[in-house]
Amino acid sequence: MLNRISTYFYQRPKLVLALFLVPPMLYMVVVYLGSLFALLINSFYAIDDFTGIVIREFTLKTYGQIFSPANREIFMRTAGMAAALTIADALIAFPLAYYTAKFASPRVKTWLVILVTVPLWSSYLVRVYAWKLILAKEGILSWFINLLHLNGPLDWLLSLPGIGGSSLSLSPIGMFIVFMYIWLPYMIIPIQTALERVPSSLLEASSDLGAKPLQTFRTVILPLAFPGVVAGSIFTFSLTLGDFIVPLTLGNSKFFIGQAVYSYQGTAGNIPLAAAMTMGPVVIMVIYLLIAR
Amino acid sequence: MNSNTPAVRFEKVSRHFGDVKAVDEVGLEIGDGEFFSMLGPSGSGKTTCLRMIAGFDRPTSGHIYLYGQDVSNLPPYERDINTVFQDYALFPHMNVGDNIAYGLMIKRVPKAERMKRMEEMLDLVQLTGFAERKPSQLSGGQRQRVALARALINHPKVLLLDEPLGALDLKLRQQMQVELKSIQKRVGITFIFVTHDQEEAITMSDRIAVFSQGRIEQVGTPSDIYERPASAFVAGFVGTSNLVSGEVAKRLTGSDQTFSIRPEKIHIEFGSGKSEKDMISLEGAVRDVIYLGLYTRYLVEAEGVDFVVIEQNLKSTSMDVLSAKGQKVRLSWHKDHVSRVGG
Repeated sequence: MLNRISTYFYQRPKLVLALFLVPPMLYMVVVYLGSLFALLINSFYAIDDFTGIVIREFTLKTYGQIFSPANREIFMRTAGMAAALTIADALIAFPLAYYTAKFASPRVKTWLVILVTVPLWSSYLVRVYAWKLILAKEGILSWFINLLHLNGPLDWLLSLPGIGGSSLSLSPIGMFIVFMYIWLPYMIIPIQTALERVPSSLLEASSDLGAKPLQTFRTVILPLAFPGVVAGSIFTFSLTLGDFIVPLTLGNSKFFIGQAVYSYQGTAGNIPLAAAMTMGPVVIMVIYLLIAR
Repeated sequence: MNSNTPAVRFEKVSRHFGDVKAVDEVGLEIGDGEFFSMLGPSGSGKTTCLRMIAGFDRPTSGHIYLYGQDVSNLPPYERDINTVFQDYALFPHMNVGDNIAYGLMIKRVPKAERMKRMEEMLDLVQLTGFAERKPSQLSGGQRQRVALARALINHPKVLLLDEPLGALDLKLRQQMQVELKSIQKRVGITFIFVTHDQEEAITMSDRIAVFSQGRIEQVGTPSDIYERPASAFVAGFVGTSNLVSGEVAKRLTGSDQTFSIRPEKIHIEFGSGKSEKDMISLEGAVRDVIYLGLYTRYLVEAEGVDFVVIEQNLKSTSMDVLSAKGQKVRLSWHKDHVSRVGG
């Protein structure tokens, strides 16, 4: 019986392929693309200002609201934060990924990979709150800075307009630090994977042909690892665009996209505007990918 | 630069990996313009020696000189040496032209000259018109040529080749052997060639160093190595050899030192014959016969020793040779063909 079944499938490779592909495709198309499409449709509706009821008619009024100065500022602030921490994450992820991929012994490598991924095992919410305590005015970081007599520079940093605040835990600087920490594994892993696929003999060949380490980095390592950097930056960038917990926990009164979406669909009950705001990150990501290509 | 200065000189060079002595106090001199092969089984230390010349690895102790200059601790990019890698190591994100011109680009040679020299190199390795291709679009043999061109464009003092023909099929390999040799003659650069293939080493080299367990067993011309193996290892690794020791050796040569005799140097006569002057002979029986077309390989047992004997099939046919199994034969060889290998 079992033999007959396997022979039946052996003779029909297309059927096997269909059985493998249909469930994930259904999930992708219906659940994921479907909800994205629902979002898109909702963004072309608007609410009645007086009754607060969604009017299901095509209009561009909601998109008009997005470009209000306040919302434009939200987009710029969020994209700016995403870009800054993507660059910062790439800069600190690369050396670690390079060491792990090219120099670490198998034992050290296992430990480094575990070390990088362990934070992902615990709840993201818990880690954000932990950081809030670390960064708080009476927190361990302030205590340490005090110990080093570096209060002056810290106060100066917090007094900077735009990125400063009353304490690290209530400022864009604090958010930057936490975002950078939270998304770092998502940057390290793709870069490390890309670097592992670069044969060591290419690096030796470059050196053999007269290139100093920095030249080898620029002409061989970076171009070959670039797809990994792009993959990592897609994670850090898009995760930041959609996040609302970090700004909610550590930010000041200035909204990020995620927060805006959260409050529009919740308390304000303005689903169309929340949907239109969500399309923002989608557009930003498409533009980003076109540039990266 | 004095032309008597060796291109590369090893002075008591050792490379240890933990407890493993990959290279153990090797001393070596490679002459200017020589085609020099390092021959040995895997793990014999030949590749480690090559990597130390290139600068990818550093000696644990000892010194390496390049035309008299101690380069033991110089990084690869400060040595006037280029390498053709076993896996070719072509840059996958660059086309063939950019790969070949890489060394010149690093040295900031003006673009016009870079292009001109790159085209010359493509001609030299018979890949004219391939500059725009990507390495992934080339066959193994073509990649090999690009790797060679990329190294030679820099006019290095020494060119290192790390088993560059290993991945090619037999026909292409034989063709590349001839080509490599002729390119070496044309450019006049010292070539150091690492291989485990004794036939390849014998075909191409001016001199060969035979490596075993981190040490050099013998250095010499191909004919030295083949006809006068200095050790049992060399006799066995380079070609096939009959090793005779102990009592039998003493009876045949007057000394109980082990000696080696090559299979093709032994004459085989059916029935018994008379002893001739300067010939060593003994009687035995054919245990096995393998007919190989061009020649026949006999396995003969004589005085408790198994001898391999090779005879060209000049007159005999397969019928003749196969019927030899079990027959009594007389083996003989000239005493000059005996090499004492010690032990």
